[in-house]
Amino acid sequence: MSISIRGLSKAFDGHPVLNDVTLEIPEGELVALLGPSGCGKTTLLRIIAGLEMPDAGEVLHGGEDVSARSARERNVGLVFQHYALFRHMTVEENVAFALRVRRRPRAEVSARVAELLRLVQLDGHRTRYPHQLSGGQRQRVALARALATEPRILLLDEPFGALDARVRQELRRWLRRLHDELHVTSVFVTHDQEEAFEVSDRVVLMNAGRIEQVGSPAQVFEEPASPFVMRFLGAVNVFHGRVDGDRAYVNDLEFAAPGAAGRAPAHVYVRPHELDVHRAAAPGSFAARVERLVPLGGAVRVELSAPTYGRGAVEAELDLRKSEALGLAPGDRVWLSPRRVRVFTATPEELDSLTASEL
Amino acid sequence: MSAAPRGRRGVLPGFGLSTGFTVLYLCLVVLVPLSTLALRSSALSWADAWRVVASPRALAAYRLSFGASLAAASANVVFGVLVAWVLARYRFPGRALVDAVVDLPFALPTAVSGIALTAVYARTGWIGRFLEPLGVRAAFTPLGVTIALTFIGLPFVIRTVQPVLQDLDPALEEAAAVLGAGRWETFRRVLLPAIIPAALTGFALAFARALGEYGSVVFISGNMPLRTEIAPLLIMTRLEQFDYAGAAAIAVVLLGASFAMLVAVNRLEAWTRARTGLA
Amino acid sequence: MSRLSRATEALALDGPTEPLLARAKREPARPTPGATTGGARPGSRPRRPDEDPPAVRWALVGFALLFLAAFVVLPASVVLVEALRGGVALWWKALVDADALSAVKLTLLVAAISVPLNALFGLAAAWSITRFRYRGKHVLLSLIDLPFGVSPVISGMITVLLFGAQGWLGPWLVAHGYKVVFAVPGIVVATVFVTFPFVARELIPFMQTQGAEEEEAALVLGASGWQILTRVTLPNVKWSLLYGVILCNARAMGEFGAVSVVSGHIRGVTNTISLHVEILYNEYAFQAAFAVASLLFLVAIATLGAKQALEWRQRAALRAAAQRNVL
Repeated sequence: MSISIRGLSKAFDGHPVLNDVTLEIPEGELVALLGPSGCGKTTLLRIIAGLEMPDAGEVLHGGEDVSARSARERNVGLVFQHYALFRHMTVEENVAFALRVRRRPRAEVSARVAELLRLVQLDGHRTRYPHQLSGGQRQRVALARALATEPRILLLDEPFGALDARVRQELRRWLRRLHDELHVTSVFVTHDQEEAFEVSDRVVLMNAGRIEQVGSPAQVFEEPASPFVMRFLGAVNVFHGRVDGDRAYVNDLEFAAPGAAGRAPAHVYVRPHELDVHRAAAPGSFAARVERLVPLGGAVRVELSAPTYGRGAVEAELDLRKSEALGLAPGDRVWLSPRRVRVFTATPEELDSLTASEL
Repeated sequence: MSAAPRGRRGVLPGFGLSTGFTVLYLCLVVLVPLSTLALRSSALSWADAWRVVASPRALAAYRLSFGASLAAASANVVFGVLVAWVLARYRFPGRALVDAVVDLPFALPTAVSGIALTAVYARTGWIGRFLEPLGVRAAFTPLGVTIALTFIGLPFVIRTVQPVLQDLDPALEEAAAVLGAGRWETFRRVLLPAIIPAALTGFALAFARALGEYGSVVFISGNMPLRTEIAPLLIMTRLEQFDYAGAAAIAVVLLGASFAMLVAVNRLEAWTRARTGLA
Repeated sequence: MSRLSRATEALALDGPTEPLLARAKREPARPTPGATTGGARPGSRPRRPDEDPPAVRWALVGFALLFLAAFVVLPASVVLVEALRGGVALWWKALVDADALSAVKLTLLVAAISVPLNALFGLAAAWSITRFRYRGKHVLLSLIDLPFGVSPVISGMITVLLFGAQGWLGPWLVAHGYKVVFAVPGIVVATVFVTFPFVARELIPFMQTQGAEEEEAALVLGASGWQILTRVTLPNVKWSLLYGVILCNARAMGEFGAVSVVSGHIRGVTNTISLHVEILYNEYAFQAAFAVASLLFLVAIATLGAKQALEWRQRAALRAAAQRNVL
């Protein structure tokens, strides 16, 4: 079932949490709401579920306006961050809950529960209580419970946030596989970029109650629509410069800045893995000094200083092959050339918030 | 077009039913009865009210009630902190039993406490017989009233101070020791400031309770007007004489004092909370 | 935490991956944790920073025990001693006396009416206050705390002012032939006023800490209000509710001041156990008075026992939960 959100706004005690949010989620898609804490993603999820009522705007499930319907009537599946399993009920009773409150015949209930427990691979644990299960097992029970009535929409609120890294990885992959089998329209909330990229079809980036960008993981990473998106998705080097017409200038370097117009201060963003390192000067490069080399498994992070560019600290990322070929050591003088940049004009507040440096 | 503003209080069902019933109950059980009190006492003219409220007998009753409550609450602070300290910090045989015993004044019905205390402190009582040769008379004197009020207020101080002591971070004392403080210094400079807010709260609670106490006191006090008559008993006597307005007037004085105490307690707790992180 | 377990923890922190031999070699250099009971020989090891010298410790313990003995233990024991003075037979005789029995019956009746009513109120108030957002909650909370600041005599007096022949509702009641004050209904009303906060004061902080997540989950899964209450909320709060009911009951059965004002002190009709004790005492029938009082004393002991059992259970549950969360 598709989800439509139109002009949603919500404030708690006078603090605005969502600001005129509009979003379309087609049927069968797995969408991640990604953003820092406090950006409103959980509130948005809860409004879709019916656990909060918006101050303005509407929510449609499958084209039908459900804004006035209580959570009970919406038939969505909801998985909570801390599972919210009924602690005094067994696994079986938890999963059967939704069916029992709808007074379904006993045979139907037990058949469905058995099916679900097999799906989440917990059929040996049906008589256990939540406190006897591990975190990963509890989350799987929560999922089975949410799927009991075959909801057409599945909502997950930071479902793996309370688990440790290895379990999180396994469950992420497992969730993706589950979605590929069941094709239920799913929305899940996370602040973990890697998780959003790994699991979802599309990513919705949110910040301070607004949607910054919607797109596939590749899209939002390669073509960020705003400085926030650029900075949120991975490490980035920021250089102060200015735009003039459709060119951007940082000191004596020049870049293409399509879409810019007029003259204005600007930021030029370069990702560490798109910064080439040379032993000799090359056209379009600037000088820097190697400060530190940090081995990161399959790559090497090179921390450099270039006082006349950026804030003095610059980061480059090289794969092992390139790093060995260069044979860098702390103290070396090298030249850096950006292979690819993104240019955003700077608003006055942004300029102040970063420490100023020579233009 | 815009979503319904209903449900902004929360989406769980039952708001109307639960809140409605709660408010109704509170009105019936609290507000209406209290307002009759105000109304009844206003039936008296100011002059009459003053005569009742400030009669020698009433003044003696206030003096006794306030004085004994103050003394009892103070004793409870001193001994309460002591007992709380001992319970929170030391291990000794029977500690669990002692911990349970502290709650006894709370759980025991006031009439039972009343006759029990009288039996112990009367002239022929278990303790009274030792006090008699020393010239100390407990029963039928203000001292007896104070003893009874100490009994009643005992758990309040202990139960507010004990959790504070138990939750105290041992790292604080270790830091003090490393910085060179001795045990007494550590107690005075580090531990006492943490205990004082809780002790004050306990004092206020014990005091408020003692002011209104009736059952535990009426047996040991002897109820002699102008000497050992507590304020609640005075109210009782007025009622028996069908002087409702007079009784109400005295009740208002007593209530005023109790409420002032409760407000003080609330302020204290808020102040303590604002300063948390000090301990 | 005992010193032994502290030491165990300190040892564990030194790297579980260290080979056993390396750890054994290092041990003698570390100051020994020492004996657990207060029998450390002075000068054999430095005292821990939060330890007091044994002399101080035993003196403080002694004073505390003395204080408690004089103020609590002795009065409590005197009840039993005086009740059984003259043997068990005499004790029993006092209890099965007609007036005593009717006092017991009245007390039980009053408790049977006020406790369920107040439990219902406690549930409603806790549900309203902890599961919804609205202004004025602190007003409700202050009102709930009110009886604790009001002398029981005043509570009783208020009942008389309301329902007495000269009270507000007096003329209406008299006209319809209802007797409230100086009769059983008055006693019930006064008891309800004095005991209504107990269940609410137990449930509210508990439900506040627990949070509404399970109830929200049940709502999304399609449960109605009644289903949420019976299948999710009540099973979760049952121990808090039970404890509140036990406290409420103890107070309802033992209430004296408020009931004293409202009752007509008519032997065998409008006397609760507390009032009957007073009557016996004032007639110098000391043994009988203590015998009847011992009933309430037993209720008090049972209440304290239940409190300890519930706390012990709670602590065990917390410990189990902490262990699970390590997974």
